[in-house]
Amino acid sequence: MAERIAIVGVGQTHHKSKRPDVTTAEMIAESVERCLEDAGLQMKDVDHLVGGSFEVADGYHCPDKWIIPELGAVGKAGLELQNVGTTGGVLAVASFNIAATGLFDTVLCYSWQKMDEAAGAFGRGGGGANEYWTGQFPMSPITNFARRTYAYMDRSGCTEEHIAMVRVKQDQCALKNPYAQLRLGLTVEQVMSDVLLAWPIRRLHMCPTTAGAAAFIVCPEERAKKVTDKPVWVEDWFTCHQGGALTMAEDPTSSTLRHACEVVYKRQNIKNPVKEIQAWEVYEPASPAELRWMEEVGICEDYTAWKLFEQDKVGIDKEVPFNPSGGVTATNPIGATPVVRLVEAALQVRGDAGEHQIPGKIERALATGYGGQGENVIMLLRKTL
Amino acid sequence: MAENLPEISSEPIVAGVTAHSNFLVSTGATGTKFLSELRDNKKIMGIKCPKCSKVYVPPRTHCPTCFARMSEWVELSGKGSLSSYTVVRYKEPYMPKEPPYAYGVIQMDGADTGMAHILGEVDLDKIKVGMRLEPVFKEQREGSILDIDYFKPSS
Repeated sequence: MAERIAIVGVGQTHHKSKRPDVTTAEMIAESVERCLEDAGLQMKDVDHLVGGSFEVADGYHCPDKWIIPELGAVGKAGLELQNVGTTGGVLAVASFNIAATGLFDTVLCYSWQKMDEAAGAFGRGGGGANEYWTGQFPMSPITNFARRTYAYMDRSGCTEEHIAMVRVKQDQCALKNPYAQLRLGLTVEQVMSDVLLAWPIRRLHMCPTTAGAAAFIVCPEERAKKVTDKPVWVEDWFTCHQGGALTMAEDPTSSTLRHACEVVYKRQNIKNPVKEIQAWEVYEPASPAELRWMEEVGICEDYTAWKLFEQDKVGIDKEVPFNPSGGVTATNPIGATPVVRLVEAALQVRGDAGEHQIPGKIERALATGYGGQGENVIMLLRKTL
Repeated sequence: MAENLPEISSEPIVAGVTAHSNFLVSTGATGTKFLSELRDNKKIMGIKCPKCSKVYVPPRTHCPTCFARMSEWVELSGKGSLSSYTVVRYKEPYMPKEPPYAYGVIQMDGADTGMAHILGEVDLDKIKVGMRLEPVFKEQREGSILDIDYFKPSS
């Protein structure tokens, strides 16, 4: 029988476009220091580490050999993992699995990306991530979300103006989050006149390049209750993969998110997600993705999410509190991005999110990781057991 | 041939993939201080842990043993003893010198860690573990670990 597990501490850096003042390892240490302080623990209390980034975008191989010394964690059990955009989600799931065995008491998950050092290497990601048949026609996240968004607009009646409204909502949330990178004070007109990358995707619609790190500590139940009086229970988690972009025979607007959520909702007997889940941190690599993701997680009917923006129903203190942190279009340290979602969701459950705290009791929060061209990781958090 | 696969009549087709990227490495505030001292003052600086008192060179920000933040700088003489070495006799594009040459780990006086560098002004067949070494700095320095040209036998 698996142990019940809870997050007992979280930490992240203030995300920036450039961090020349720190090495990669020092930047990670910054998030780990904040996480340990949040949990009231020291590195000596940690008995397992799980860490990683999207290595191709970092230009490093086996960086754990110089990160672990910077973390003062030499000699401890540890794993390094990566899986492109979902890396942080994979790290989280591995950490949950390890804690749930009960073999380790205090599992520290650390994640990062320092894209100011990547010098454009990420551009090949869309091709490099795919097998031969699609790798010869490399689509970056920009072209891929252009393709998806165009299909979505074609089917739904959503316009460029609605997509711009999504971006403005994300920015309004980020303005209340001191850890977010892009806090711009945007208007719909500014978004609609921004540089066009691949119609209908403009520069402001895409996630930025970020230098940042995020960490959390997860423990089995007994240990969690000793460490903190505000444990955030990890109720369920699930990972789900999908094939390369051009070989997908199915709906071009869809991802595996719907299936992944269905699995988790069924296991936890969630019938009405919009009522039973009060906070959402869902990984949107481009602003229009948020529309389809809202439909796939079960907030509204297919091809109707844009209407919620038209009716001004989405925001921190509105009917649908979707991505109150400002989301991925404001902050994207890729390997850490799903952990940032988890950290933000945990803070919402605790009531510690500060200015971007959703009003009212948060009993459940759902965080996701997204990567490749459709992989999803679901992390469902709960206030009470 | 594996079962049930089509016969390959000529040659198997294997596609080429080119992946070439350049990366940057931030040395951070701590690394920048160390490299600036090398460049501007020809000084090799170590950093000392406030908890366990170990001195690290090259420096890092957190002690690998204590996870304490370190900020006390210690000026080292640059002299030290060779703790291990290897002689390189093959050539790769990324190498900093024309082979043959030697890499060594130098246990610096006043430090608790070894530092990797190149050995120079030395007969490659007469290198001995424990031999005393001192740094030779380049005339033109740019803030790089290669501002130290090499370590040579100390008189």
